[in-house]
Amino acid sequence: MKLGRVIGTLVASVKPEAMRGLKFLIVRPLTAELADDGEPFVATDASAQATSGDLVTYEASREAALCHDPWFVPVDHAVVGIVDQHAYSDEGGPSKAADQGSAS
Amino acid sequence: MILGRVCGTVVSTVQHPFYAGKKQLMVRYCTPDGAFDGEKYVVAVDLVGAGVGETVIVEDEGNSARQLMGATNAPIRSVIVGIVDQVTDTSESP
Repeated sequence: MKLGRVIGTLVASVKPEAMRGLKFLIVRPLTAELADDGEPFVATDASAQATSGDLVTYEASREAALCHDPWFVPVDHAVVGIVDQHAYSDEGGPSKAADQGSAS
Repeated sequence: MILGRVCGTVVSTVQHPFYAGKKQLMVRYCTPDGAFDGEKYVVAVDLVGAGVGETVIVEDEGNSARQLMGATNAPIRSVIVGIVDQVTDTSESP
């Protein structure tokens, strides 16, 4: 999973039959510090409740196709959850474990 | 598998049912010397009880992840499968 920000919604009346009923969101990918990280993409909403402004987690590729019921729909990105709480600790530099490794 | 360090937690209540009750941690990719490998990161499900600041190995491949979770159709790709005690990188040895 990765973190993303929902920046919009999208409605398509003409789409593959397997995608009927799916909700589309426009999601901007984010870095671990929640900075913008690349171009937005369209994702389906497997959490069913995400909307503009939400911080979400998303899956890509085959895992996105497995998110929906019935599963294996032809999608390449899907929003998995809405993030309530996000803690980030930027503990830079080599960790204790890595220190031991480089010393040996 | 990738080497990474746990940098944070992610908590969701509204989410895909598969993820209910599963601890999700943010893992930033690391080089063998322990430095962060650019901005690369992944949000992974924790199978081993890892905590923030620990160096871990993450299985970042869907079929392996589903096998580890014992679920054939689960929408999961990234799983923390080990806590690293020591890394020895012999490529820099004289």
